[in-house]
Amino acid sequence: MLKSLLAGMGLAVMLPAVALADCAEVSQGQLLISAAWSRATIGTARPAVFYVTIRNNGSTDDRLTGIETPVAGMPMLHETVMTDGVASMPHASDISIPAGQTVSLAPGGYHGMLMDLEEELKDGESFPVTLKFENAGPVSVETAVLPLRAREAACGDAP
Amino acid sequence: MRRRTLILSSVGLLSALGFMLAVGAWRSGDLPWQQEAALVSGIRAADLGSMSWQLTSHDNERVSPQDWVGEASLVFFGFTWCPDVCPMTLLNISEWLDKLGPEADRLAVHLVTVDPERDSPEVLADYLSNFDPRITGLTGTPDEVARAVEAFDVTVRRVPRKDGDYTMDHTAGVFLFRPDGRLSSIIDLHEDPQFAVPKIRQALEREG
Repeated sequence: MLKSLLAGMGLAVMLPAVALADCAEVSQGQLLISAAWSRATIGTARPAVFYVTIRNNGSTDDRLTGIETPVAGMPMLHETVMTDGVASMPHASDISIPAGQTVSLAPGGYHGMLMDLEEELKDGESFPVTLKFENAGPVSVETAVLPLRAREAACGDAP
Repeated sequence: MRRRTLILSSVGLLSALGFMLAVGAWRSGDLPWQQEAALVSGIRAADLGSMSWQLTSHDNERVSPQDWVGEASLVFFGFTWCPDVCPMTLLNISEWLDKLGPEADRLAVHLVTVDPERDSPEVLADYLSNFDPRITGLTGTPDEVARAVEAFDVTVRRVPRKDGDYTMDHTAGVFLFRPDGRLSSIIDLHEDPQFAVPKIRQALEREG
């Protein structure tokens, strides 16, 4: 009885791990980084996009101050802003990650913009992105390239 | 007895306050349906029949607004170098079309590029092949696109980037026209499909 209960519990723990196999999760200090994804590009002329979920499990605020990746010469943080129905994409100098909260870089809001691509991003591949945090320091996360018509990370948001 | 009076007077006070707030909102035009009406009536050329522009489709066909009169149409502005908003709008539209089912066959769907410098018919065709095949891309010379932008009264701004490249700010709403060519409504970028789809149905159903 106890054995099957334990087996059941083991299975319950295993399942999410299997589901998340394609989605790297990295923790550093108080931060848990997950669901890093991008969309496939057509060639290298257009900027690519970078989305990720950051959970701050600690009691002190942190700040995402920039991103770096070998696939793009000019990666930047941007925010899609709507003003009187007009969409613009100003540069975000940093993104606040308050204590105890989850911040998502997601379609229609904050996102990384990967300009001057070094290579075409192909569906099914992945590439590393280093997130630079004010307190936690640099954190590298493997970013999944999804089809151009993807809406969200294949693994869903971080728990 | 005293307690009852207190409750009754509190209710009275609250209703009076609510009434005042409602009148205030009405007068200031803050109510959602007032804003919607102002948005639709504020558009200078809210009638396809009276517009004059010509664009080229991603299949290299010349298109004018009069060609669209006779069936309901959905028009939005964007560009293929846009990494965040435009894929999202294209995906939203694909989702609306799926939810509409066979009714969507009576709807013509057009993306007008705000970036004719880079979005040639071939570039549009290549990009749109990744999305719902019912979406037609339209482009033209910079002057032709400027005429269409003016006719729809949308805002387009070319924003230079530090590295010499540029991006475009643009109106992100989705315009819906009825079969008679008149504007039916506008769907906001962040609008829930449960509101967007009925707006499309309304544009499809309302005649003249």
